[in-house]
Amino acid sequence: MPLAASSDPLNPTRSFQGLLLTLQRFWAERGCVILQPYDMEVGAGTFHPATTLRALGPKPWKAAYVQPSRRPKDGRYGENPNRLQHYYQFQVILKPSPPDLQQLYLDSLRAIGVDLALHDVRFVEDDWESPTLGAWGLGWECWCDGMEVSQFTYFQQVAGVECAPVAGELTYGLERLAMYVQGVENVYDLNFNGLEGEDRISYGDVFLQAEQEFSRHNFEHANTEVLFRHFSDAEAECKALLAAGEADAGSNDPSHKLALPAYDQCIKASHVFNLLDARGVISVTERQSYILRVRELAKACGAAWLKTAGGGAN
Amino acid sequence: MPDLLLELFSEEIPARMQRKAAEDLKKLVTDALVERGLTYEGAKAFATPRRLALTIAGLPVRGRDVREERKGPRVGAPDAAVQGFLKAAGLASLAEATIISDPKKGDSYVALIEKPGQETVAAIAEIVPAVIRAFPWPKSMRWGKASSESGSLRWVRPLHSILCTFGAETEDPEIVTFDVDGIKSGNVTYGHRFHAPGPITVKRFDDYVASLERAKVVLDADRRKEIIATDAKNLAFAAGLELVEDEGLLEEVAGLVEWPVVLLGDFEERFLEIPGEAIRATIRANQKCFVLRDPNSGELANRFIPVSNLIASDGGLAITAGNGRVVRARLSDAAYFWQTDRGALPDLDTLKDSAEKLGLDLAKPLDQRMAKLDRLGVVFHAKLGTQGERVQRIAALAKELAPIVGADPALAERAAKLAKADLPTEMVGEFPELQGLMGRKYAELQGENASVAAAIEEHYKPLGPSDRVPTDPVSVAVALADKLDTLVGFWAIDEKPTGSKDPYALRRAALGVIRLVVENGVRLSLLRLLGPLMEQAIAISNSEASQDALGEMLESSIPKAIDLLSFFHDRLKVMLRDQGARHDLVDAVLGEGASGNDDLLLITRRVAALSRFLETEDGKSLLAGYKRAANILKAEEKKDGEGAFAGKADLQLIADAGLIEEKALAVALAQATPKAEAAVAAEDYEGAMTALAELRPAVDAFFDKVTVNDPDPRLRANRLKLLNQLREATRAVADFSRIAG
Repeated sequence: MPLAASSDPLNPTRSFQGLLLTLQRFWAERGCVILQPYDMEVGAGTFHPATTLRALGPKPWKAAYVQPSRRPKDGRYGENPNRLQHYYQFQVILKPSPPDLQQLYLDSLRAIGVDLALHDVRFVEDDWESPTLGAWGLGWECWCDGMEVSQFTYFQQVAGVECAPVAGELTYGLERLAMYVQGVENVYDLNFNGLEGEDRISYGDVFLQAEQEFSRHNFEHANTEVLFRHFSDAEAECKALLAAGEADAGSNDPSHKLALPAYDQCIKASHVFNLLDARGVISVTERQSYILRVRELAKACGAAWLKTAGGGAN
Repeated sequence: MPDLLLELFSEEIPARMQRKAAEDLKKLVTDALVERGLTYEGAKAFATPRRLALTIAGLPVRGRDVREERKGPRVGAPDAAVQGFLKAAGLASLAEATIISDPKKGDSYVALIEKPGQETVAAIAEIVPAVIRAFPWPKSMRWGKASSESGSLRWVRPLHSILCTFGAETEDPEIVTFDVDGIKSGNVTYGHRFHAPGPITVKRFDDYVASLERAKVVLDADRRKEIIATDAKNLAFAAGLELVEDEGLLEEVAGLVEWPVVLLGDFEERFLEIPGEAIRATIRANQKCFVLRDPNSGELANRFIPVSNLIASDGGLAITAGNGRVVRARLSDAAYFWQTDRGALPDLDTLKDSAEKLGLDLAKPLDQRMAKLDRLGVVFHAKLGTQGERVQRIAALAKELAPIVGADPALAERAAKLAKADLPTEMVGEFPELQGLMGRKYAELQGENASVAAAIEEHYKPLGPSDRVPTDPVSVAVALADKLDTLVGFWAIDEKPTGSKDPYALRRAALGVIRLVVENGVRLSLLRLLGPLMEQAIAISNSEASQDALGEMLESSIPKAIDLLSFFHDRLKVMLRDQGARHDLVDAVLGEGASGNDDLLLITRRVAALSRFLETEDGKSLLAGYKRAANILKAEEKKDGEGAFAGKADLQLIADAGLIEEKALAVALAQATPKAEAAVAAEDYEGAMTALAELRPAVDAFFDKVTVNDPDPRLRANRLKLLNQLREATRAVADFSRIAG
C-alpha cells in the first residue's frame, strides 16, 4: 500500500522516476550540481570521477547524480525479487562534509515520503573500504525498519591519499527505497513512470529482459580469454596515459594533462576484473593480485589528479 | 563535596565500541584527577549510541597544597652545584633556601617549596580536552572543514557537543569551560533523535538522567539490555514460545537504541525447511533480531523479535512489516543457497581431474563441491599448497590414524575428503560461521554414513578449552589429522606462535590434539608420527628446491619435530595449570629426556598419579625425605665430586658397623626399587607410587637416627650411597627435584 496517496505520477511514492527526480531536486536545492551517470560500466557510484577524483584535493565540491551499478556476480536471471546485476545508486558527495549531514540525509528521506514518526531509521556501523580504489572511510549503513537503504561515509582516504578536507558521501539504493515507499515486494513490480492501466510501465518492463540476458552473459558467455586481454590492455593504456600526461622535466607548467582519460582506463580494468570474478576463473590468490593491480592504477590516477586544476594544483 | 558531570555527544558510536569507550573515559579522567591529587568518592560511566557520559562524585573544590622539601648541596659547595639546585627548586637566590645542620654531614641547603592546590575546575578544564584528543578509539576519523588542517580533532564519528558541569548538590553547578577544536563546553544536551531532538539544559547527574529519560533516552546500557531481555521474553511467552537467548546480540542491540521498543514479527512457515542454524545466522547477522523456538520440540519458530528505537505512531506495525519484508528477502536468499548447494554444479566436466585425484563421486553434490575447491586451486597458505592438496594429506593421515583411535580407515578417509567440501557452498560463503555444520547437513542428505557426516562437523572441534571434544572415532581421526597437518605445516615453515601473536591459532590446535588424545584415551607415539610428517611438509614447502638443497633441509625435520613435541608439552602444562592442576608435575614426569615422553596420554596419567601420591601423607613425607637426601648429596658431591656416591651401598659394612635404621633402608630400597620400575614399565603408575610409599617408614627412621656425615669416611661414603640409591629409586617414577615446594 502506498505511503501517501497522490495522483501526481511523479510523486516519489508512486513512481521510480518520481523518486529519482525528487532526490535530484532536493539536493539541487542544497547547492549540489546535478550530474548525469558516468558513461562507463562501474561497480558503484563511488567510481564516478565526480566522487573518486573530486574527493581529492582542497577544493570544495557538491554534486549529486544517479549511477547505474554493475555487479556481475549478483545476477539472478531475473528470478530473485531483490537482487540485480544492474541497479541504480543515487550518489551525493559534499566536500567538506557539512556539520548537519545526518539531518540533511533524514530530511531527504522525508522528502521522498518516509514518515519518520512511523519508521525506524537507524545508523548502524559500517566501515567502508574499497580495496580496488585504495579508499576507506567511516560511517554507517542507514537502516529503515531493518532494511539497509543507504550508505553514509566520511571519506578518510581515496586513491591512497588522505582526504583534506574530508568529504561526506551518501549512497541511496534507489530500487530498495522505491520498493519501500511504493510498498512493493518484488523489484520488477515497481511502477516506473507512475501511470496506471495501459500507460503503466513497470521496472520489469524496462529491465527484466536485460537481467536475464546479462546474467547469461556474466555467468556463462562472457569470453574470459578476451576479458583477460581487455584487462591487460586497459592496465597498459592507463599506465601509458599516466606517463604521457606527466609534465616534461623543466617545463614551467607542472600540471598533469591526462589524469581523467587515464582514470577511465582504471575504471575499465576494474569492471573487467568484476566480470572475470563472476565467471569464477580467478583463484583466491590471483584475486588479490588483480585487486592490487587495479589499486595501483587508482593510486597513480589520484596522484595525477592532484597535479591538475581540479585537484587544486594551482 | 562537588560532583562532575561530563557528556560527549556525537553521531552514532558503533555498538561494539560503546562499553569499552565508557570505561576508558572513566579511567582516563579519574586517573588524571588522582595524579593531580584530586581523589573522589565514586565514578560511573555510561554509553548510548550517541553519547558517552561520566559522573564523578565527591571531588574536592581544589587540590591539597603541596609542601615539598628539596635537598640541596652543602654550604660552600661549588657554584655549578648551587646554580643547579636553584634552578631545579625554582628559587631566585640562596636567600630563599633554608640551611639545616647535620652533626655528621655539616650544613646544607634545603628548599621548601609550597605549591597551592589547583582549583578542581581548572584541572578538569585541562584534563578533559587532553583525554578527548588522545582517546583510544579502535578507529577514529576526521570530518568537516577542520579536516583540511593536519592534526585536526579525531573522534569515532563527528563530535557535536560537550557538556561539563561541576558543583555541589546544594548550589547551581558551574560550567567547566574549555574548547576542543571549536567545540565549546556547555550545559546542554539533546534527547532522542526523533522524539526529543531539542536542547536540554542540565545541572547535574540527577536531573541529567531524569531529563534524558523524559527525552526518551535510557542512559544505562545495562538497563536497556534488561528492558529488551524482559520484553522479548514476555512477547515470546505470550506467543507460546521461548526466546533463543543470545548475550552477544543483546549487548549489540542495546548499543543500537537509546529507547528500546521490542516488537514481534513473523515469516512464512515454509522457510522452516532451511536449517535452523542458518535461519538464526541470517536473522541475527543481517537483521540483528532475536529468534524464537517452540519450548516443547526445541525447533525454531517462524517468528522473530526486532528491537526498534522508536515509539511509532502506529504502534510499530510499519516497522514490524518492514523488518519482516527484509527477513523474508534474506530467508529467500538462504533458501536459494540451501537449494543450490544440493543441486549439481555447472561445468562438471571441468571437475573430472580433481574428482579422480581425490577419489570423489561426481554424482554427489558435496563431492562436486570438494572437486570444485580443488579445481579452483584455493590456496591454504602460499608455502603449504592448496586446500585440495591439504585435504589429500589430511585424508591420508586420518586413514593412518584410524586404527589407532579405533575408527574404520575407509570411513575416516571419506570423512576427511568431505571435511572441507562445504567451503565453496553458497551457504558457507554467506555465513562462514556455519562451516562444518552445513557440510554435515549436505552429507546426511546425500546418504553418507552417520559417522562420516558427524565428523565433517566435528573435525573442527574442540575450538577452545571449554568446547566439547568429539568422541566418535571417525571424528577423532579426522580432527587429529586436521590439527596435526596444520601444526606440522607451520612448524616446517617456521611460522610458530610468538608472544601474543598466533595468527593461525596453533596454540588452540595443539590444545585440541591434547584434549582429543587425553579425553578419548588415545595412545599415540607422537614423535614417530611427527618425524615423517615433518619431512613431507618440508618437502612441500620447498618444492622448488634442488635435490641436494632439499636433502639438507630435510635434516632439520627431526629437530623440528622435537621442537613441536615440546610445544605440546608446554600446552599440556598450560592446560593443567588452567585446570588448577600442578604443572610443575609435568616437568617432573618429563624429567631430562622430554623427547622420550611423546605419549601425551601416559604423561597425563603419570602426572595424575603423582599428584594424588603427593596429596597423601606418604607422598609428602617421601618428598621431604627426598629433598633432604638430595640436598645432602648436593653438598657432599661438591666436596667429593659428581658421581662419587654412585653404585650400591656395601651391605657387609652396614652389617658390621652400621645402624639398624641404615640396614632397614637398604632392605626397603632393594625391595621397592625393582617394584616401582616394573610398575612404571607396565604403565601402572598407581602401583609405582604404592611401591615408593613403602620406602617412607625406612626413610623417616633413617633421617631420625642416622648421622650421614660420620667421622668414619667409609661409613659416610656408604650412607651417601644409600641416599643416592633413594634418589635413583624416585627417578624411576619422576624427577622429584623438579617438583616445587
